[in-house]
Amino acid sequence: MTENNVLIRLSAAALARKLAAGEVTSVEVTQAYLDRIAAVDGGPRGVHAFLHVNTEEALAVAAEVDAIRAAGGAPAAELHELAGVPIAVKDLIVTIGQPTTAGSKILEGWHSPYDATVVKRLRDAKMPILGKTNLDEFAMGSSTEHSAYGPTRNPWDLDRIPGGSGGGSAAAVAAFEAPLALGTDTGGSIRQPGAVTGTVGVKPTYGSVSRYGAIAMASSLDQIGPVSRTVLDSALLHQVIGGHDPHDSTSLPDPLEDLVAAARLGNVDGMKIGIIKELHGEGYQAGVENRFNESLELLKQAGAEIVEVSCPNFKYALGAYYLIMPSEASSNLAKFDGVRYGLRVLPKDAPLTIERVMGATRAAGFGDEVKRRIILGTYALSAGYYDAYYGSAQKVRTLIQRDFEAAFAQADVLISPTAPTTAFKLGEKLNDPLAMYLNDVATIPANMAGVPGLSLPGGLADEDGLPVGIQLLAPARQDARLYRVGAVLESLLEAQWGGPLLDKAPELATSVVEPAETLETQEAK
Amino acid sequence: MSTDATLSFEEAMEKYDPVLGFEVHVELNTKTKMFSSAPNVFGDEPNTNVNEVDLGMPGVLPVVNKTAIESSIKIGLALNCKIAETCRFARKNYFYPDTPKNFQTSQYDEPIAYDGYLDIELSDGTVFRVEIERAHMEEDAGKLTHMGGAAGRIQGADYSLVDYNRSGVPLVEIVTKPIQGAGSRAPELAKAYVAAVREIVKNLGVSDAKMERGNVRCDANVSLRPHGRERFGIRSETKNVNSLRAVEHAVRYEIQRHAAVLDSGEPVIQETRHWHEDTRSTTSGRAKSDADDYRYFPEPDLVPIVASREWVEELRATLPEPPAERRKRLQADWGYSDLEFRDVVNAGVMDEIEETIAAGATATVARKWWMGEIVGRAKNADVDPGQLGVKPETIVELNKMVEAGKINNKMAAEVLDGVLAGEGTPAEIVEKRGLAVVSDDGPLLEAIDAALAAQPDVADKIRGGKVQAIGAIVGAVMKATRGQADAGRVRELILERLGVEG
Repeated sequence: MTENNVLIRLSAAALARKLAAGEVTSVEVTQAYLDRIAAVDGGPRGVHAFLHVNTEEALAVAAEVDAIRAAGGAPAAELHELAGVPIAVKDLIVTIGQPTTAGSKILEGWHSPYDATVVKRLRDAKMPILGKTNLDEFAMGSSTEHSAYGPTRNPWDLDRIPGGSGGGSAAAVAAFEAPLALGTDTGGSIRQPGAVTGTVGVKPTYGSVSRYGAIAMASSLDQIGPVSRTVLDSALLHQVIGGHDPHDSTSLPDPLEDLVAAARLGNVDGMKIGIIKELHGEGYQAGVENRFNESLELLKQAGAEIVEVSCPNFKYALGAYYLIMPSEASSNLAKFDGVRYGLRVLPKDAPLTIERVMGATRAAGFGDEVKRRIILGTYALSAGYYDAYYGSAQKVRTLIQRDFEAAFAQADVLISPTAPTTAFKLGEKLNDPLAMYLNDVATIPANMAGVPGLSLPGGLADEDGLPVGIQLLAPARQDARLYRVGAVLESLLEAQWGGPLLDKAPELATSVVEPAETLETQEAK
Repeated sequence: MSTDATLSFEEAMEKYDPVLGFEVHVELNTKTKMFSSAPNVFGDEPNTNVNEVDLGMPGVLPVVNKTAIESSIKIGLALNCKIAETCRFARKNYFYPDTPKNFQTSQYDEPIAYDGYLDIELSDGTVFRVEIERAHMEEDAGKLTHMGGAAGRIQGADYSLVDYNRSGVPLVEIVTKPIQGAGSRAPELAKAYVAAVREIVKNLGVSDAKMERGNVRCDANVSLRPHGRERFGIRSETKNVNSLRAVEHAVRYEIQRHAAVLDSGEPVIQETRHWHEDTRSTTSGRAKSDADDYRYFPEPDLVPIVASREWVEELRATLPEPPAERRKRLQADWGYSDLEFRDVVNAGVMDEIEETIAAGATATVARKWWMGEIVGRAKNADVDPGQLGVKPETIVELNKMVEAGKINNKMAAEVLDGVLAGEGTPAEIVEKRGLAVVSDDGPLLEAIDAALAAQPDVADKIRGGKVQAIGAIVGAVMKATRGQADAGRVRELILERLGVEG
């Protein structure tokens, strides 16, 4: 293993320690990741986690951090713990200086005039942004196959999906193209990709991380969160991006708990951990179920009490989700009409009316899954159908919240598999939207209730050798519990495996001929 | 443009009973917009008072302007409304380029204020109660200008320009319940109601309340039913009637038009109508049905607004004197008779008179100028008196010149015309036009002697003690000096000349 290969496999926490100790510079670290991206991301069999690589700016920020450290004194002492640690950002989150596409043709070439609040916080912490990661168009999908810029591949098996919508962020972290990434989670878009790529992903409590600058799919469900290789790394990143933001009215006023301390302390002794009866068993792959049971056994050995809870209304969650999410999305995506920014397509024939220009732009600019959801949502909000669809779905949402309340009266933390199956083959469910939607059955309830969830690697399924995700759920505002339990389970599992799960992933063939096929290089042509 | 048939207003009233309803949009004068920190300023370069939120950029979120909420609560309280303990915003979805998000954030089924009323005093002192259904908050849309094509409409235009400066400006929409029983007073009531709303929001200080700038905009609903029938007729909604006079005229016109339609046996079409000031008529706009589907749903990017009772009471305590009470106070302060004061109110110059008095004029002088000079000019120009652009300072300056004997009243009226024509300040116009009362007695005495010589019999009468006959001589002197003499001085000189005690 080359020196760089050692560097890129370090956790963010370990990198931060080495940077602070002066054992390595941020430019060296950042360059190592940029080299890795160039080596594994492009080409016909590349991971294709990135839509844009931000080489110049990332290196400039890294050099700035190195200069501050070298000069010493107060500015060096005041540097954030993660200063100089690079990060990738899901291309749903707007950034000054880089294109933001949301994985859609309709925003091709668009540059945001403002930074998302979370991006501002990354910049304040002086974390070099490596680039923007691939996603299902407008975050609508569970496989990243709905990206207008081609699918991302799963580093564990390049013929399989990396999950979605945040497949780019999860694959980038799994393929050691970045130590950290930002994702967004509306129905599982952080946690399910984490599960199928053997990485950690967290959907924070709704309102605990600002949504300002995350292109909205479903406003009442969307939440930005961390993607990483370890539980502690997610806690470190969560701490950077979280906290109140006056630009987001749904942002909670509460200060964040010390999530990093929770991840470092890690303790389950005497805790009640609840298995959700409705979220395992039938419909779940045998290998997923086996790894899930092993995790339960380990937690029991560590002193946790395992109890079973029932959430009877979870069976309606998927149906209600597919009314609320498209309803909000149909309205949120109305602004993409070719009038002010992004793609504008003129109809082929006369007359050239505003309605027809908007229509032609949206017909050409949106992909099938986006159109499917816009049509569904427009229908659900229509006069005469509103009460039956949107109204009923909101009632189900209340019932799901009550189920959670009842469950958390019996358990401190709930546990389930993150996804019913391991990564499926690219193309396998592309023409079967319902099968695709079912992949989110275990992650959706948390979004419907606003509670936080964390997915961490639970091992490899016996039948296919692919990663299985374990999901932890906590009451709203109790994100710290996820890190406390997650850190324990992670250390017990890694002790069993003899190291991180990602060590078991196959080596990726590296290409030194072609750099990554990114928007940047496309633009240069 | 086809002209619709109309009945005479009198005939329409004989046959039908009008029912009115108003939606008045009030633009609030907050420093920033309803949901963004961009400035809320009128008249700037297009698309300069905008930020990413007003432009509907990807990823933006709204944040409610607290001052706008306070202003809305104040309006609700002034309209005797109940204030909702919690209320929400909704999204009104429609594709049109004046809304950058292709939805308008507006209150829908949860208005901040509801169930109020406003007592409207008509010109003869009758008080008519208008019931307020609701006052809700929303954001204004951008301004579209359609270039080429006919009549400034989007249909047939070559292209359209959009200015998002107005996009996101806070609005309060005040909706009345159906107003029944106004009969032939309907047009007058319409004008008086909008005037009262404008007065209230101006008095509260929550809006600049300038109708010519669109700060207060009125949509007027009119329907007719045969006398004695309970069920309402089909209504038309005349949009953006933007002056008090236009409100009165539009309601009157629509009553006459509806009556003609009903007389012909045709049904009235439910539609929006456009008001045309030039022809004083309306033309058909968009067919509107209650089935327009805006797919309203609660705005998920905003949390509910909670108006605690303590907060509402704090705001109630800050409310200024209600306009009706203010009117009583002003009438007493100014010493106008009931008739004089009602004329002032009906002419819509009460605020102007108050400002003129504040600028230094007496109540009598202010009334003389506004009622005697300016109201008539406004009528000729077909605008509201306040819109003529007469500044209180101008009146004070003119009056000072008259009192100092520099110019007489006739000249002052001429100077006022000059000011309105934009020729400069009163002093400049007096100078430019060479208007000054002749104060050198020499030329006056010549004219007096000539006048006395021309009318010896009148001179004898005066000498004989019939001083009241002096008017004929004064008139001749004024004529000879083309009105430039000070009549008072002329009188003195004549008496002096004839050796008679005044």
